[in-house]
Amino acid sequence: MRFLARAGTRVPGPPTAGDPLAEASAVVATAGGARLLDGVSLTVHAGEVLALVGPNGAGKSTLLGVLAGDTAPSSGRVTIHGRPADAWSTVDLARHRAVLPQHNPVSFPFTVRSVVEMGRAPWEGTPAEDDDERAVAAALADTGLTSFAERIHPTLSGGEQARTALARVLAQSTGLLLLDEPTAAMDLRHQEQVLALARARAETGAGVLVVLHDLGLAAAHADRVAVLSSGKLAAAGPPEEVCETELLSEVYQHPVEVISHPRTGKPIVLPYRE
Amino acid sequence: MTATASPPATPGTDTAAPAGRRPVRVVVLFAVLVAGLVVVSLVSAAVGQFGIPLSQVVGSILNRVGIDVLAAPADPFAEAALWDVRFPRVVLALLVGGVLGVCGALMQGCFGNPLAEPGVVGVSSGAAVGACLSIVFGWTFLGSFTTPALAFCTGLATTLAVYVLARSKGKAGVVTMILTGVAVNAVAGAAISFLVFAGDQAAREQIVFWQLGSLAGSRWVYVATIAPLVAVCAIVALLLAKRLDLLSLGDRQARHLGVDVEVLRLVTIVVVAVAVSAAVSYSGIIGFVGLVVPHLIRMITGPGHRVLIPASLLGGALLLVAADLLARNAFDYADLPIGMLTALVGGPFFFWLLLRTRRREGGWT
Repeated sequence: MRFLARAGTRVPGPPTAGDPLAEASAVVATAGGARLLDGVSLTVHAGEVLALVGPNGAGKSTLLGVLAGDTAPSSGRVTIHGRPADAWSTVDLARHRAVLPQHNPVSFPFTVRSVVEMGRAPWEGTPAEDDDERAVAAALADTGLTSFAERIHPTLSGGEQARTALARVLAQSTGLLLLDEPTAAMDLRHQEQVLALARARAETGAGVLVVLHDLGLAAAHADRVAVLSSGKLAAAGPPEEVCETELLSEVYQHPVEVISHPRTGKPIVLPYRE
Repeated sequence: MTATASPPATPGTDTAAPAGRRPVRVVVLFAVLVAGLVVVSLVSAAVGQFGIPLSQVVGSILNRVGIDVLAAPADPFAEAALWDVRFPRVVLALLVGGVLGVCGALMQGCFGNPLAEPGVVGVSSGAAVGACLSIVFGWTFLGSFTTPALAFCTGLATTLAVYVLARSKGKAGVVTMILTGVAVNAVAGAAISFLVFAGDQAAREQIVFWQLGSLAGSRWVYVATIAPLVAVCAIVALLLAKRLDLLSLGDRQARHLGVDVEVLRLVTIVVVAVAVSAAVSYSGIIGFVGLVVPHLIRMITGPGHRVLIPASLLGGALLLVAADLLARNAFDYADLPIGMLTALVGGPFFFWLLLRTRRREGGWT
């Protein structure tokens, strides 16, 4: 039974900065007759934090799913670490990319520590297994969950559950991180913390794609911002270039104002109010 | 001043205690289960219409393995009662109970749903259709094995039908599968009703008793046919344990962590179908063991499948052997249907578990 046998035990080294880690070219994705993605090309490079923004239903999660290898596009090419997404085995892919979906329920009352430990599953039987304890402890500490480690998952608040899911993804220790709205249920402090963690991972050579709704958060922390609008890539580039009044007003179909932060000079995007 | 002051918060004790306690709990649980199994099995062999002292039961077993410490029963009738009637029955109860316990844990893990049990995917009702067919039409082409053999085949076939019907585009979602199970169970129920209607009075009686479940008339040959299946089922279940943990994060998340979710689900369902079909083919339908035992274990040691699966094996075996002891001896000269007994105790107990879990953990929505 191949299924019960261990997969190979090779541990990938850290990626070199600038390498393309996940690459979508001219990707089209359809569901129920609707074109969710319409010819999108986007690359996540090693060493960068790439923020993916756009209005509801723009196709952000679909693009993240395509780059994760979850869903095959109806046309276009997707490569992960240079290899076509559908050429990977499930286990091998799990050693190269970690994904944080929007919702992360846990069906049984596991402790926070057990949930985070599950992030180490792809490394079972490889030399990286020796790193399990350190990686789990570090992920718990980084997300501020050390004192929650023995708490039962269903007794946590929404924000704490979201941090637990993030800690699991961090513990997986992969070169590519795909995070779908990791800050959604979190307070201001933890939002900053999550983006700081993404930055820290990028500095060790990882590529981080993060879907965000808060454009200010994206502008302050990301190296590049990609704007999706109705399944098309409206813009991609450094925050200063992308955060532009006309473009964002059109994409969000609501007038916006872009002002420069008086101290840092980073763009701040606000809905236009009387 | 109100008298209902809330107790002071003690986060320190609250968060730190379970960490050190769980491994100890696991060891204690396994020790209690094994000790319970040995004691209850021996008592079950000793107690009955024809009482045999416990020391003679132990002596008889030791004699067979060549140790002459305790005296075996002097009465050859007692010796025969032990080896031809009671021991096969006790061993069959252990095997059937163990299978139901493990398969309950597997199904709950496989569907990420604490209410799942083997019956959900049609194993029990499918097996019942096969058993009813052979009873109503009086088929005996396999001798006394006809009913169990047919029950096994239809149980397996029904489960696979549920799986195949629920699949679309290579995936079988949890809700689709459970609802397909409901539909297939309904059809199987209709088939059973028709067979009850079509059968003569003797057949009807036999069907009713098969569905009530019983371990009466157990023979060594029954034990020999299902023991290998139970062993394989238990070993595969243990190999799947870690992956089942990951499945509780959701299908997509499990896939992100390297689990082939579709293969895992298929292997689990095949194992459950084979093992449960084999178990119920001899014993008839015995409910609630697969539902209650994993819950009880989870309450004591947490939901990790590496502990849950072996503990459910032992727990299911213990529960059924105890239930059978009660079924045989609650009333003189009457062998109560064991399925009735497990449901009678299991139903209220399950409800209590539900309430308790809701109180302590926020429960399931």
